[in-house]
Amino acid sequence: MAIYNRYDMENVKHEILKKRALSAREQVIRMATDGGCFLGASLSCIDLIVYLYSEFLKIDMNTIDSIERDYFFLSKGHDVPALYATLSDLGFFEKQRLLNHLKTNDYIYWHPNKMIPGVEFHSGSLGHLISVAIGVALDIKIRLMNNKVVVLLGDGELNEGSVWEALLVANAYKLDNLLLVIDRNQFQANMKTESLIPLEPLESKFEAFGLEVYSIDGHNFQEIDETFQGLSFNSKRPTVIIADTIRGKGLPSIEEKADRWFCNFSHKEIENLIDELYGKTLKTELTSEKLIVR
Amino acid sequence: MNYEDFLTDIALGDERFIIMTAENRAAIRNINKSLGNRFIDTGITEQTLIGSSAGLALRGRIPIVHALACFLTMRAFEFIRTDIGIGELPVKLIAAVPGFLSEANGPTHQAVEDISLMRAIPAMCIFCPADLQDLLIGLKDVLLSPKPFYIRFNQSESHILHSNNFEIGKAELLSEGKDLTILTYGILLNEAFEAAKILSEKNISVRLVNLRTLKPIDEEIILSSVSKTPLLVTLEDHFLTGGLFSIVAELLLKNKVTANVLPIALENKWFKPALYRDLLVNEGFTGRQIAEKILYKLDMI
Ligand SMILES: [Mg+2]
Repeated sequence: MAIYNRYDMENVKHEILKKRALSAREQVIRMATDGGCFLGASLSCIDLIVYLYSEFLKIDMNTIDSIERDYFFLSKGHDVPALYATLSDLGFFEKQRLLNHLKTNDYIYWHPNKMIPGVEFHSGSLGHLISVAIGVALDIKIRLMNNKVVVLLGDGELNEGSVWEALLVANAYKLDNLLLVIDRNQFQANMKTESLIPLEPLESKFEAFGLEVYSIDGHNFQEIDETFQGLSFNSKRPTVIIADTIRGKGLPSIEEKADRWFCNFSHKEIENLIDELYGKTLKTELTSEKLIVR
Repeated sequence: MNYEDFLTDIALGDERFIIMTAENRAAIRNINKSLGNRFIDTGITEQTLIGSSAGLALRGRIPIVHALACFLTMRAFEFIRTDIGIGELPVKLIAAVPGFLSEANGPTHQAVEDISLMRAIPAMCIFCPADLQDLLIGLKDVLLSPKPFYIRFNQSESHILHSNNFEIGKAELLSEGKDLTILTYGILLNEAFEAAKILSEKNISVRLVNLRTLKPIDEEIILSSVSKTPLLVTLEDHFLTGGLFSIVAELLLKNKVTANVLPIALENKWFKPALYRDLLVNEGFTGRQIAEKILYKLDMI
């Protein structure tokens, strides 16, 4: 009988997460055709979403309607392929359904829809879901319950004044059941954050708003795991984790390219990109249209 | 009974109600003492107020949200439309000092396009009580409705005895008449009542309709008014565009009905800020001035 020590167990867990994230990435890439999707933004936060649903959030198919479940709100919205890939992988709905992407016979389009099992609320308009999450967190406090409320935000989204307004309120009500995760991929839609509307020093901004702040590598499962498991949720303050990520992570041919936010590739290119995801070097130049949509 | 007592009673009796405000406590000064943490003041943050009310509604609550009509409907419009509207959540928006009730505040505080904005949201319903009594008669049904509601808050003193038969989508017929119909809502019902009295002294009989809810609207009473009287008057402290006149125009066109309609509304301008009685005189909205406008119109048809 093999005996594993704790270090090995952790390693096994992280390897499983990596595999799951890799397969989720493949699903996401497959959605970047026949109309396309926000591929770059989805690939930057996918490790975080896979981690949250696999290891952190107390929510699954059986607790999906329980008032004791944890809540996850995808505030940046346009990275919903990452959420759908994760949810379908965990059995919230059939994987087959992802083939309905952009089809009128289903509800799988460029932004989240609550009709899809596992989606807590629709989003797409930036700067909304911290407020909505505050409402949920307040109710949990009123009921003296312990569920956690997690909100994933984009860094470009932090331009919205409503984010900072909501933080004032979260701080005033000492919502330590509220956890924000920032997908810090350094990009707004079309521009680098620091070259358009600089966010730095971001940690101290959040600290000044009364939050407990952590910074991590958003693609390193060991670091993600250690940080999330170390959160206390009883500091009388909301928490924020700034996760440094790379837009387009996993596909070197689109990584950190400003015009590869929304992508619509040919079927042939999709197959090539999946080869690239699994380690092959992309031989041909990507030619598909570069759509800038917001 | 006043609004705050009514609200306190209903909220104490039903755990689902959460009373919220963006630091607009004029009508709810003491409710926090009875409701404890089911009273939430988010400070001067209309967007966060609305977003968090949506979150509370997701948890099965019925948030009753207080803010000034202008900031509620305009500063937070997209949150109302997107979070409450798309979500079809049963949030109740209590809009303070709408229309002429903003008195001397000035155009920054004038919500005279609120009906237009709110009725453009598919799920949203609209309740415009004429006075405190009318408010309290309808409020329970409105709060317990599964729909989101915009309430043009008006707790002015009642001069008219209202019918207790309240139904969402049903108007209150205050008098039958054969010469003209006045369709109105909210605070101006008092002036319409006064105008009807003045006209009756000249042997002109007025069918007076207090619409109560503008969405859903009582289509039947409007259409029957067209067949019963030769003139419809729409009276409102709202821009001509998008309010009651628009609702009536759309309804008549939809039913291929033509009618003589006299709209009395704000025509493409904000009103001159002043105390309530003074601004009515200045804008031509007193009962006497309304009666004069109607007499002039009757002469022409
Ligand atoms: Mg970004």
